[in-house]
Amino acid sequence: MREDDHVYLSLAEEQDDARWAFGTGFEDPLHGVDTSVPDGVDPAELAALCLGLGDDALIAAQRLAEWVTRAPELEEEVALANIGLDLLGQARLLLTRAGQVDGTGRSEDDLAYLRESDDFRNVRLVELPNGDFAFSVARLLVFSAHRLAVFERLAAGHADPVLRAVAAKGVKELTYHRQYAAEWVVRLGDGTDESHRRMQEGLDAVAPYIEELYRAADVRDEVGAVLAQVADAATLKLPAAESLEGDGRAGDHTPCLAPLLFEMQEVARALPGGQW
Amino acid sequence: MKDEWPLFEVFVRGKRGLNHVHVGSLHAADERMALTHARDLYTRRNEGVSIWVVRSSDITASTPDEKDPFFQPSGDKVYRHPTFYDIPDDVPHI
Repeated sequence: MREDDHVYLSLAEEQDDARWAFGTGFEDPLHGVDTSVPDGVDPAELAALCLGLGDDALIAAQRLAEWVTRAPELEEEVALANIGLDLLGQARLLLTRAGQVDGTGRSEDDLAYLRESDDFRNVRLVELPNGDFAFSVARLLVFSAHRLAVFERLAAGHADPVLRAVAAKGVKELTYHRQYAAEWVVRLGDGTDESHRRMQEGLDAVAPYIEELYRAADVRDEVGAVLAQVADAATLKLPAAESLEGDGRAGDHTPCLAPLLFEMQEVARALPGGQW
Repeated sequence: MKDEWPLFEVFVRGKRGLNHVHVGSLHAADERMALTHARDLYTRRNEGVSIWVVRSSDITASTPDEKDPFFQPSGDKVYRHPTFYDIPDDVPHI
């Protein structure tokens, strides 16, 4: 057999395994990008933006990882874990950037593992427990549709070249996440009576948390059109928008976040500075 | 016991590969889902640029019983191998 006949043999060359956790591509998205803060950009504002988007991805990744060993099918388990790892890669780059520009010199690990729940800036949508598979795919649809719209804008026009590069990498990932979630919402919504009922319940449970996403970044026209299109194909009703008290970006969270952080941070806190 | 999703065979063309290669199989409810699963299971380490999926039940295979009549007769036909002339250096993919 010729070497290039075998897809897996092509892996053996020109790879740097140390970068695997940054995502599914092997290119360093920040290669050659100037990391100094450009003139005219407020470092505190940039840090807050990166922290919020980084925390969204980190907490969403942790919830997706919880599906491992619990997903309805082995193939879905791998799919959900892949999506989680994409988001974890985004979180690492964004938290690193937040620590670089906020003046504290904190690393991605400091930010991920050594903050309390009040200090997290993620939207509350991502911290809710996984619940039914239908709830999880409804949440993933809303989250990835919103994040994709935000990243497209950042990639096209943000003044910080690092954030632009991170967003450009994320756009390709999020396009797939949204497609994956949309296919499941349509499949379940337009499926059996039972799957339709549970998919509608999942969408209803997600609805109250959508307004908070728009408060963080108002891309409602674009996201609303996507959600309406998917709901229509899935024969589901898109619930009317409500608004909850409080704001995840300001540190307001549900009681669900603290136990998630306890589990995520347990090892890092038990063995400070540990390496393996 | 629940009904299982049907089995699909997965073929991936690598970045520098000229043809699709069988890499494994998976379960999926339909062709579209099989493609998505194949992307997630078999190209997550940057292997592929193209995927084919086909229902395993749609593949017709030779059986071990037929092995001798199928394959033995070609074993001694040395004249079927193009070894009796020189291959020019500048012809690729031979």
